[in-house]
Amino acid sequence: MGLQAYLTLAAIVFCIGLFGVMTRRNTIGILLGIELMLNSVNINLVAFGRYSGDVTGMVFTVFTICITVAEAAVGLAIVILLFRVRRTVTADHLDLLRG
Amino acid sequence: MTADAVAFWCLAVVLVGSALAVVLTKNLFHAVLWLALALTGTAGVFLLLDAEFIAAVQLLLYAGGIVTIVVFAIVVTERLVGERISQTSRRIAGGAVVAGGVLALILNAVRGQVFPAARPEMVGDLTRTVGETVMTRFVLAFELLAVLMLAALMGAIYFARPDD
Repeated sequence: MGLQAYLTLAAIVFCIGLFGVMTRRNTIGILLGIELMLNSVNINLVAFGRYSGDVTGMVFTVFTICITVAEAAVGLAIVILLFRVRRTVTADHLDLLRG
Repeated sequence: MTADAVAFWCLAVVLVGSALAVVLTKNLFHAVLWLALALTGTAGVFLLLDAEFIAAVQLLLYAGGIVTIVVFAIVVTERLVGERISQTSRRIAGGAVVAGGVLALILNAVRGQVFPAARPEMVGDLTRTVGETVMTRFVLAFELLAVLMLAALMGAIYFARPDD
């Protein structure tokens, strides 16, 4: 398989994640979409690294996976805090900052 | 078709199908399980790209770790059985148009380029090379990452601490 096939697959998964982020009402559902998007970026990094014969892409993937885990931990902590304060995790109801 | 191509197409179908299920299922808990399948499929793609170490990290951290904490978050914020866990989507048509447009843009950019069709041979153990590169060329980024992880964990504990 050529590099193009991997890039196309990653682009499709990225756009599915983007669709989820834009359409989900539940905050946790939005986070799941973000996970999909970050995941597809990792496919791109590894594929580019492998096809250029360089391990830098894989090293960057290790870094991005760690950062994604940190993002998920902080994001879900915020969701739990929001639920404790507002008793809801629906994004439409979280409009405290609306003037 | 070679065995590589067959494996790639199987993984691509699993990955795209489970990703669609993540954003379309009504039940949030089922969406998390579909996400676990999508992340496992990605680990398979990494295996196809000769990145065994990344595939292992993917399974341990993503499919193991993230799915577990998402399930915890659902248990805390929703009831696992009953109506509360079902979720709806809004503006599906608009979201599909934007996502399709972005996809068309990316695919257009990918098609216009000439990419190497064959992989260069990697000399030596790839996992060993990755480890040595992390510890030599990217050691500063590695240390910064450790600080970031510590800060993120302390922030998460601070946010989710019980009121006293």
